[in-house]
Amino acid sequence: MNTFYYEFRESVRIAFAQITAHKMRSVLTALGVIIGIVAVTLMGMAITGMDTSFESSLAMLGDDVIYVQKWPWGPVVDWWNYTNRPPLQPIVATELNKLIEAAPSTLLDVAVPVRVRSGTVKRGDNSVGGVYMAGTSGDYGRIITADFREGRLFTETEAESACAVCVLGCDVADALFTNVPAVGQTIQVRGYPFQVIGVLARQGSFLGLFSFDTQMILPIKAFEKDFGGKNIGAEIRVKVKDKKRLEEAKEELIGLMRRVRGQLPGESDNFSINGEEAFKEQLDPVKKGIAIAGLFVTGLALFVGAIGIMNITFVSVKERTKEIGTRKALGAKRRTILLQFLIESISVSVIGGIVGIILSSSLCLLIGHIFPKLPISFSPVLVVVSLLVSAGTGIVAGFAPAWGASRLDPVVALRYE
Amino acid sequence: MSTLRTTRPIGPLVIDIDGVVKLYQMGTETIHALRGISLKIHRNEYLAIMGPSGSGKSTLMNMLGCLDTPTAGRYEFNGKNVAAMVDDELADIRNREIGFVFQTFNLLPRSDALRNVELPLIYAGIPSDQRRERAQQVLEEVGLGNRMHHKPNELSGGQRQRVAIARALVNKPSIILADEPTGNLDSQTGIEIMALFEELYKLGNTIIVVTHEEDIARHARRVVRLRDGLIESDGSVS
Repeated sequence: MNTFYYEFRESVRIAFAQITAHKMRSVLTALGVIIGIVAVTLMGMAITGMDTSFESSLAMLGDDVIYVQKWPWGPVVDWWNYTNRPPLQPIVATELNKLIEAAPSTLLDVAVPVRVRSGTVKRGDNSVGGVYMAGTSGDYGRIITADFREGRLFTETEAESACAVCVLGCDVADALFTNVPAVGQTIQVRGYPFQVIGVLARQGSFLGLFSFDTQMILPIKAFEKDFGGKNIGAEIRVKVKDKKRLEEAKEELIGLMRRVRGQLPGESDNFSINGEEAFKEQLDPVKKGIAIAGLFVTGLALFVGAIGIMNITFVSVKERTKEIGTRKALGAKRRTILLQFLIESISVSVIGGIVGIILSSSLCLLIGHIFPKLPISFSPVLVVVSLLVSAGTGIVAGFAPAWGASRLDPVVALRYE
Repeated sequence: MSTLRTTRPIGPLVIDIDGVVKLYQMGTETIHALRGISLKIHRNEYLAIMGPSGSGKSTLMNMLGCLDTPTAGRYEFNGKNVAAMVDDELADIRNREIGFVFQTFNLLPRSDALRNVELPLIYAGIPSDQRRERAQQVLEEVGLGNRMHHKPNELSGGQRQRVAIARALVNKPSIILADEPTGNLDSQTGIEIMALFEELYKLGNTIIVVTHEEDIARHARRVVRLRDGLIESDGSVS
């Protein structure tokens, strides 16, 4: 065992002597690994960043909120089975809340009806188009995930009396009110005036597709009065008490919905239960595809780096054939020689890996600084993984030449000039 | 030759070769490098192996040095059957029992004299402080006490060969096997190196010199001459 330790130390010493003796060669060889590691780690960062932004987007939907709608989220092939379903009306939410209150051990917290349309909000000559308008009840405050930047949500009384009040997303408020505080001011939608009573804090966009900051929340009764749309139907958002028991809560909700709808046993549900995992189901394969393709392509760069190391180790073995012969004559065993050349290739590779990690982490910081919106993040796990990957690259690349060196016939090696 | 020539009484048997044959395959041709050699070498001998090129001298040296194994025949080193050994066992024998001195010195260019001499001790698993001590001691014995931290390219040819001899001695081997040790040296330095071998012989080392030079062979106490893979003559030199 001692012998192995001494041989190991000697090998490390020789490896570093070799690397410093052939600086240019070592730098060029390491460069292959550096490029490979930078490519792989940057891709890794992009993938983790994508994941994080995806998760935070989903959290905006509320990970403890179930959506009851006419249509399911995601693609529908048998549309004829859905199109004739009765529209959901706000009364369903009221009925659900009655049942929830009557059930002592319920997993559900509250049901909130939401009517949705898109429209233009005006104030004087300023207008903002494409605003997502949600008419809802006073319970909406219990399921909302955003904070208020100023003001408050309408109360139950305001909601019931169809008060013309509204809460604005921060982008809408900022566009309409540049110098004055929004709360207390009046805006107009299709000629109807609404008083602003609150502004939401910035939430960001959902997967970069849909901004939560361009919304307007108003009492559902006011919505119905001014915009109509009763025949279109609403959606019911139901908050659960414990998000760890989401599946059970869904089962309970389905039961309650069937009671509200008066459905008979054997009849299939005439409503859809939607949740954030519907997005996950659709986006996970996409995410995986991007990750696999990205890591494969960047992995090729690393592979080229590995070939560079293999090549240079072959050259090194060839150049030092006589030295190998001498070492064998002096009593070096096969494993001694194998170890020596493996450690050399691993050293080059790991040094390349370390430089690569330093480069890619500074690149990551730089990118994050210039494009703060780009989802890219650096994780310590990535450092460990890249170090292991570069060490593995060194082993894989160095093994064939090192094995060849260890099997050299000492007589032939000593005669080599 | 100013040194007084003394012959030490021979010790126990070290090398026992009997009917050794070595064949090489060169393409379709079979080369009979050794055609049946029998040789006994004892401790405290000073032996020269001579012969023209192609006589099988190098093959015999590789065999004696356990770098190669015979195709047929018996080879025992200190009673151990070398002919049946595998690579790593041979490496062990070379490490512990044989000190090599090469014509081209074969020092590691990037290591200083001390490191070069320590190398066999690393393979023997000796701890570093003992390695250092032993290597320093041997380098002093060969007259390089003040050159320990010089790299080979900072040393003269004679000094390099002295480092190589120190490296051969450092593991206290049973035999020292020198292959044309003066072949790359000028004649004056060659004489100095042969004087060093003489001294080492008197100190109780067993020395085998492979050479084609009569002048060098004359230093030995016994000369074995090879021709065409066979021993032509084997006798003591007065």
